[in-house]
Formats: sequence, C-alpha cells, structure tokens
Amino acid sequence: MALLEVKNLGISFGGLRAVDDFNLEIEQGQLYGLIGPNGAGKTTIFNMLTGVYKPTNGKIFLDGEDITGKTNIEINKHGIARTFQNIRLFSGLTVLDNVKVGLHNQKEYIYSALTGILRLPRYRQAEKAMDARAMEILKVFDLDQESGYLASNLPYGKQRRLEIARALATNPKLLLLDEPAAGMNPNETQELMDMICFVRDEFKMTILLIEHDMKLVSGICEKLTVLNFGQVLACGETSEVLKNPEVITAYLGE
Amino acid sequence: MKQMKKMSKTTKDNLITYGVVALAYVVVEILLKGGMISSLLQGLLVPLCVYVVLAISLNLVVGISGELSLGHAGFMCVGAFAGAFVSNYVKDMIPVGGIRLLLALLVGAAAAAIFGLLIGIPVLRLRGDYLAIVTLAFGEIIKNVVNVFYVGVDGNGIHVSVKDKLSLGLEADGLVIINGPQGITGTPKDASFTAGVLLIFLTLFIVLNLINSRDGRAIKSIRDNRIAAESVGINITKYKLMAFSVSASLAGAAGVLYAHNLASLQASKFNFNTSILVLVFVVLGGIGNIRGSIFAAVILTLLPELLRALNDYRMLIYAIVLIVMMLATSSPAGQAMRERIALKLFSGRKKETKEEQ
Ligand SMILES: Nc1ncnc2c1ncn2[C@@H]1O[C@H](COP(=O)(O)OP(=O)(O)OP(=O)(O)O)[C@@H](O)[C@H]1O
Ligand SMILES: [Mg+2]
Repeated sequence: MALLEVKNLGISFGGLRAVDDFNLEIEQGQLYGLIGPNGAGKTTIFNMLTGVYKPTNGKIFLDGEDITGKTNIEINKHGIARTFQNIRLFSGLTVLDNVKVGLHNQKEYIYSALTGILRLPRYRQAEKAMDARAMEILKVFDLDQESGYLASNLPYGKQRRLEIARALATNPKLLLLDEPAAGMNPNETQELMDMICFVRDEFKMTILLIEHDMKLVSGICEKLTVLNFGQVLACGETSEVLKNPEVITAYLGE
Repeated sequence: MKQMKKMSKTTKDNLITYGVVALAYVVVEILLKGGMISSLLQGLLVPLCVYVVLAISLNLVVGISGELSLGHAGFMCVGAFAGAFVSNYVKDMIPVGGIRLLLALLVGAAAAAIFGLLIGIPVLRLRGDYLAIVTLAFGEIIKNVVNVFYVGVDGNGIHVSVKDKLSLGLEADGLVIINGPQGITGTPKDASFTAGVLLIFLTLFIVLNLINSRDGRAIKSIRDNRIAAESVGINITKYKLMAFSVSASLAGAAGVLYAHNLASLQASKFNFNTSILVLVFVVLGGIGNIRGSIFAAVILTLLPELLRALNDYRMLIYAIVLIVMMLATSSPAGQAMRERIALKLFSGRKKETKEEQ
C-alpha cells in the first residue's frame, strides 16, 4: 500500500479551476518530485495535502487513513510536515527554539504549563531532552553552530534549511518541501541535495518536493509528476518523464 | 556551547530583572525608615506596584502573544470588585490583614481569569484592529455592568440586585457591600508596599517562567508566524487563550491590590484611559520587554508627581520623556545601543565570537 494516495483531487477558487483530477501515489521511502510551470497549481496541492485549503473534490489517504478535510493542525499530527515557498520561520525565536517548537507535540517532551511555571523536575528533564534532540536535528543541516542566533539573522540558504529541520522535528511520515532550493547558489543547492538524501536514508523519510531547479530534480527524485494548468501532464520515472516531448514543450521550453 | 551561553543569558536576564525589583524595594524601605520620602510619594508606592503588575501582565498579551488588547482595565475591575467584596465579607471573621489580602487576591485573580476565558473564547478569533476594538468594548461593558450591581449580605446569605439598594431586601442586620455606582466603601486597607512588591515578584515569576517554557515558545511561535505554527501542530486557540487569561488573572490581582489601598472604590475608575495608560507603559518600555515594562510603569507614574513643582512645564517634560523613551526602546538605533550595552554587561567576549563567524 502506498504511503500517500491522492485520488481525483480538485479545487476551484471562484471560477478558477486551480487543480483538477489530480492523482498521486507515493511509496514509503520514495523521493518524489512535483514540477510544472509557474501557476500550475503545485503549491495549491501542498496546501490541500496539509489542510490549509479544503479540496472541492477528491480524497487524500495517508497510510490508508482518509485525511481529507482535516485541519492543518490535525494533519500535522497525522504525519505530514511541510516547508513553505516563501520562508515562514519564527523570526523572533532562536534557531534552537524554532526546532523545539517543532518538537512541541512529541509525547516524550510534553509537560504542563504549571510544570513549566513552577520549574518542576519534569520541566528540566523534558527541556534537556528537547535541547539534545533539537541539536541532533540541527547538526544534520549543519546549523548547530548557529543554534543561539535569532532565526531572522540567518542567511537565506540557512533559513531554508532551518525550515526543513523544523518540519522534520514534528516526526512526520511524509515531508513536503516547496521549492527548497529557491534562491540558493549551485554550491548551496548541491549541499541541500546531499542533506535531502541523507534525511531520506537516515530518517527513512518519504519526501515530496516541488522544485524548479532541474539539476536538483533529475539528481535526486526517483519519480516525477508534471503539472500544467492544474492538470497532470505526465508522471513516472524521472528519466522517462524528462524525455517526454509534451513535458519538454510545456515546461522545459525550447 | 553556544546554546549553553544562550540559556544562561536568558536566566541572567531574568535574574537581573528580579534583582532590580529587589534593589528598588530595599532602597525605598531604607528611605522610608529614614523618613526621606514625602507623604505624597508614600501614597504612590502601592499604585506604583499596581501599575507595574498591570504593565507586565499586558505585555504578555501584547508583546509575547502579539495581540493588541485595549480592555485591560476591565479585568482589573473584575479583580478589584471580587477581591474587595471578599475582604468586606470576611472582615470580621479574619482579623489578619495579610491573610485577608491573600484570600482576596486568589478570588480576584480567579474571577478575572474566568472573565478572561469567557471573553477570550469569542474574541480571540479576531485579529489586529478588530481584536483591539472588541477588547476595548468589553472593557467598557465590564465597567458599566459592575457599575449597576448592588450586592448585600445578611443572615440569609448574599443578595444581588441590579435595580437599587432597597430591592436587595436585606434584613435589619444586613450590610450593603457593593452599592451600585457608589461602589464599595470600607474595604480594609490591607495593601502595603511590601505586599505590592511581593505581587510583582509573583507576577514576574509566573510570566517569565511561562515565557521560557514549552507553552511560552508555542505562544511566541503563533505571534511570529501563525501559519507556520499551525503547520507544526500548534493549537492556536489554546495558546492565545492561555496568554490572554493568565494576563487577565494577573490584571485582576493588580486590581485587588488597588482596591485594598482605597477607602472607596468605584467602577468608573477602570475606564478606557486606564487601559490606554497601561498600554503606553508596555509600548514605551518595549513590546515584549518585561523589564522595560517595569521601568516605564515606574517612571511614567512617578514623573507627573515629581514634576508637579514645574507647573507649566510639566506636560512638556512629560512629553519629551515619552519621546526619548520611545526612541530608546523602539528605534533601530536605540535597540542597537541597548544591545551594545547588554553585550558589554553580560559577556565581553561574545562580540568577538560573533565576528569570527
Ligand atoms: N487562495 C487562492 N485564491 C485564488 N486563487 C488562488 C489561490 N491560491 C492559488 N490560486 C491560484 O491558483 C493557481 C495555482 O497557484 P499555485 O500557487 O499553486 O502555483 P504554483 O504551481 O505553486 O506556482 P509557482 O511555481 O509560481 O509557485 C494560480 O493561478 C493562483 O493564482
Ligand atoms: Mg508555488
């Protein structure tokens, strides 16, 4: 059974049919790419998968469970975490605290407000464990040196990585990355590709990513779905899809 | 390493805040003992504590939770009346002022917390300007509702009316405690400077520890980016409500202290001007800066009194001080200066490590 199964998903904004009859199957452990020209509806699909938008029609199953129409908070608890195309960090919090907010709902770190105010032993124990876990995650993204910085003081590329770290901290089954390499130089992109692969292998993570950088897509995605004007143009093995003449005219151009 | 530094920096920061309050207390006590404080200033000591507690508690909503609330005086009003009622009720049963005040504080804070919850549930769905307007309205509503209440006690228990004193139908031995627009008179003067400072410490303890805990992080994450907070599973309503009702209950406690410093208490005192005054403390002290709130509340409460001698120039100087404080706490240059001072004070080496990077 596929980890994520999307059937006939569609959404309309007034008269605009932003996404129509979208189908997708992602297996556990897969690194899957979603590509398409600007305005194709990619981010809109992420927003439906994470409960930010309610789909007009269609169904979404995660691990066999129907999660269609649940709120974004519930869906995160079910196991989908994401990053945003336009970075959304907790800018007034430190890098470390950003990740700790991601750890918020993990059972082993929960304690009550009263425990926190009274500084009971459980508070110290849980905070210490959280710090350790957060640092572990930050290390994966090479951000452990900056753990005390304000998130807003990080350079752009590191902010993108911190967003992934925060999403990962919620311990998801499926990680959605919306243009993780946007605004990065080739060096940073290469580093990012290594990190994404590392996360997939080390955390046994399933990853769906939107990306315009073809080098990244062809470099790490095993399968692809191409979207155009809200509809699926092609899907399949990355190398096959990228050879598809329709895809080349619609997206790659020339 | 870095993280350890940061942790100890927050702790240090908090310790400095506690230290400043303790120092101020000791200095004032010494001056009092030496008879060096005028009776006018002595009369200001308890209100000063009241305003400090109000400013800290409002900063929890405005600075930490990031919501503009203009109804803080309403919660103060609830606390003041609930607390004063209790004290009048038990006046003869409990002769010890301290215990009576403690009981009043508990009841007043609880009553205000309940109001905070009841108002917060519908109101916190709104954001920004809308929330500000609705909290303002609720503040006024509370004041006006309390203004028409008559509450009395006799052998049969507690009587409540919203019409007049007579309709309470009290027995001959009955006693009117809350007398409509005339409010409560005869509340025992249990408040003292020491009690006020203790309340400040308690408020600081609750607010600072809450801010630096799991729930405080969640509250701040919502302030910084609501959508991102939802995406990592933070329950927005729960945490906004938590900040709002904790803040309300502390404002209620401040109200109790206030009520026990006055011979007569009317609801009309808890008007919009009071809410705005407290907001001014928070804004000028630096939004989200708890220690700043304390300083702003103290300076801006004392200043008009200290400047009394200057008559005509009083408001002018007050205005200048406001502007200077605003520049110091809110302008980028002022913030940079504060940071530089903080760096010098806390760790001389910190700057160097930053430059290495
Ligand atoms: N909330 C909304 N209301 C109305 N229209 C919307 C809304 N969200 C998205 N759209 C429209 O849906 C279409 C798809 O937008 P979407 O952001 O999903 O594109 P995208 O594939 O992510 O593009 P890009 O590569 O530029 O990020 C666009 O035409 C957009 O204007
Ligand atoms: Mg997009």
